[in-house]
Amino acid sequence: MKKNTSLLNRIFMALVFVFLYAPIILLIIFSFNAGSSNTVWKGFSLAWYTKLFHNRIIMQSVYTTLLVSLLATVAATVAGTFAAIGFYAMRRRVREPLMTVNNIPMMNADIVTGVSLCLFFVALFNGWHNFAVWFNNAQRTFILVENLHMGFGTLLIAHIVFNIPYVILSVGPKLRQMDKNLVDAAMDLGCTWMQAFWKVILPEIKPGIVSGALTAFTMSIDDFVISYFTAGSSSSTLAMTIYGMTKKRVSPEINAISTLLFVTVLALLAIVNIREARQERRALQRV
Amino acid sequence: MSKELIRLRDLCMAYDNEPVLNNINLYINDKEFLTLLGPSGCGKTTTLRIIGGFVTPTSGDVLFDGVRINDVPPYRRQINTVFQKYALFPHLNVFENIAFGLRMQRRPDPSDPTGKKQVKIPEEEIRERVMEMLEVINLKGFEHRKPDALSGGQQQRVAIARALVNRPKVLLLDEPLGALDLKLRKDMQIELKRIQQQVGITFIYVTHDQEEALTMSDTIVVMDKGSIQQIGTPEDIYNEPKNAFVADFIGESNIIDGVMVRDRVVKMYGREFPCLDGGFAENEPVDVVIRPEDIDIVPVEQGQLTGTVTNVTFKGMQYDIIVDFRGFKWLIQTTDHSPVGARIGIKIDPDGIHVMKKSSYSGMFGDYSSFSEEYDELDDASLALDEEESEDEE
Repeated sequence: MKKNTSLLNRIFMALVFVFLYAPIILLIIFSFNAGSSNTVWKGFSLAWYTKLFHNRIIMQSVYTTLLVSLLATVAATVAGTFAAIGFYAMRRRVREPLMTVNNIPMMNADIVTGVSLCLFFVALFNGWHNFAVWFNNAQRTFILVENLHMGFGTLLIAHIVFNIPYVILSVGPKLRQMDKNLVDAAMDLGCTWMQAFWKVILPEIKPGIVSGALTAFTMSIDDFVISYFTAGSSSSTLAMTIYGMTKKRVSPEINAISTLLFVTVLALLAIVNIREARQERRALQRV
Repeated sequence: MSKELIRLRDLCMAYDNEPVLNNINLYINDKEFLTLLGPSGCGKTTTLRIIGGFVTPTSGDVLFDGVRINDVPPYRRQINTVFQKYALFPHLNVFENIAFGLRMQRRPDPSDPTGKKQVKIPEEEIRERVMEMLEVINLKGFEHRKPDALSGGQQQRVAIARALVNRPKVLLLDEPLGALDLKLRKDMQIELKRIQQQVGITFIYVTHDQEEALTMSDTIVVMDKGSIQQIGTPEDIYNEPKNAFVADFIGESNIIDGVMVRDRVVKMYGREFPCLDGGFAENEPVDVVIRPEDIDIVPVEQGQLTGTVTNVTFKGMQYDIIVDFRGFKWLIQTTDHSPVGARIGIKIDPDGIHVMKKSSYSGMFGDYSSFSEEYDELDDASLALDEEESEDEE
């Protein structure tokens, strides 16, 4: 009886792992396939990777992805850090409902966030158009652009928006771990609040900020749904390009680029997790 | 010693309309060691934080050298603070922690005749002053250690050095010994008093430990429920408590209902006792304080009162015995052993009796029926500290 359950257990575990990882492993293997089939192995080759780096559309979208991820990470990290400090200074009764509001976008379905941002931008641009037309007709000195379109700008704004909650969530605990008298002590010794921030708060919460930034960067790099609804027709992220390529014949180039994306995200996640584990160990040693 | 340095005038403080301080009036002299003493939640830490500039009072004035400083931020006050649990900067070593305040300072350039140019303190001077402080706190050779590589007592001393190196006129200390064990606490009490006399500045000290207050202070301010209950020297506070709260909080007291028959005569248990107090109305109801060590045990026939011993505890120096006098239990400290159940007589000298006016605290303290629990509460200092913190947070 006992043996039976353990056998069932093992089969179940095996199935879970097969369905979780076999597709990814398959994808990685076939990215090195010499032939263009996704089912028949024709020998090892890096041809698809070479081809990839010569594909202008793909390289353009890699550039867009990296640029939007970096800019969004920087902006979201700065905004999220100060927001976390604001939350920290609030009374519990105010802070807790606001933290829930902060957490909703992370729980929310990406597609809802994407569609709502899209609708928001459209409405905003409409309003802007009406205003600009009225303004340009009223006078001739300053001419405003009348038609705004979704593109890199809206893509960047969307990424900043969905990244901020992750930064807040990772900086908040560091602030709460900090001795709350540290800022008072710094101000007591001659610092203005801003000096206290640079000299005392920042060194204390730096690990949280770095973790938050790394998480935000990871989220940005592999986002598809929200980007799809906010990038407009002029810019395209890597995930969007890959999706576009699957609409035609599935080329093993997709395997190659997907493998690279998978490895990048995996590496970033590994860095985040190793950092956190190391900090926990250090925190334990201190106590 | 007599020059007034800080004055608090009609100070009130409320969080969310919840009053924390009611009409605090207090002056603090230059070079004085003043202690704010009271149970957790009495407003002593809030008072200290107002003096330090971390909290702005709801109403009333804070005067420093005669100038109103209510709105002066902490970094512009000639006051430094030693925080509860020290608040050393964990990412800086001992040297940099102590040098922190000096590195922030700017002063007029001596080579600039207009005196408008501000310069940093030169590195050699910082080095000199930090090393000098390390010597004062006996921590030479520790300058490269990080705070978490120091013991509690050492961190404590670094926190004091970090504040004193700026040569403030006033040092505020917020329960600085709360996190140390008993032995270290006793050593640090003496150490602190020595440092205060050596640097010759005003110390304002917050504690809930009455013994600490009695040992170190020139002046004690006893607080409860956001109000000052009594201000005086340690001797005054101990010998002449103003009400039942102070009598109970400072040391051990038996507080008995009495009637002031006339000057120098008080009536308890239907019997008249000679005392040294006067100035009350004829037959005014009063609270009578009798310290446990001021009571002499005598044979029953010679006693002013007779009672039954209900409990005896050996304390090393003396026995604490609980005696039942018609249902009201007294604590008596004596070197003579009396067995439980024995009938004894007691005698109280006139100077062992202290008469207080009735107050809102009358009847709340001074009965030793729940003897053992009371001792437990007094010893649980760490618990009291935690309470204080949660109160601050909201």
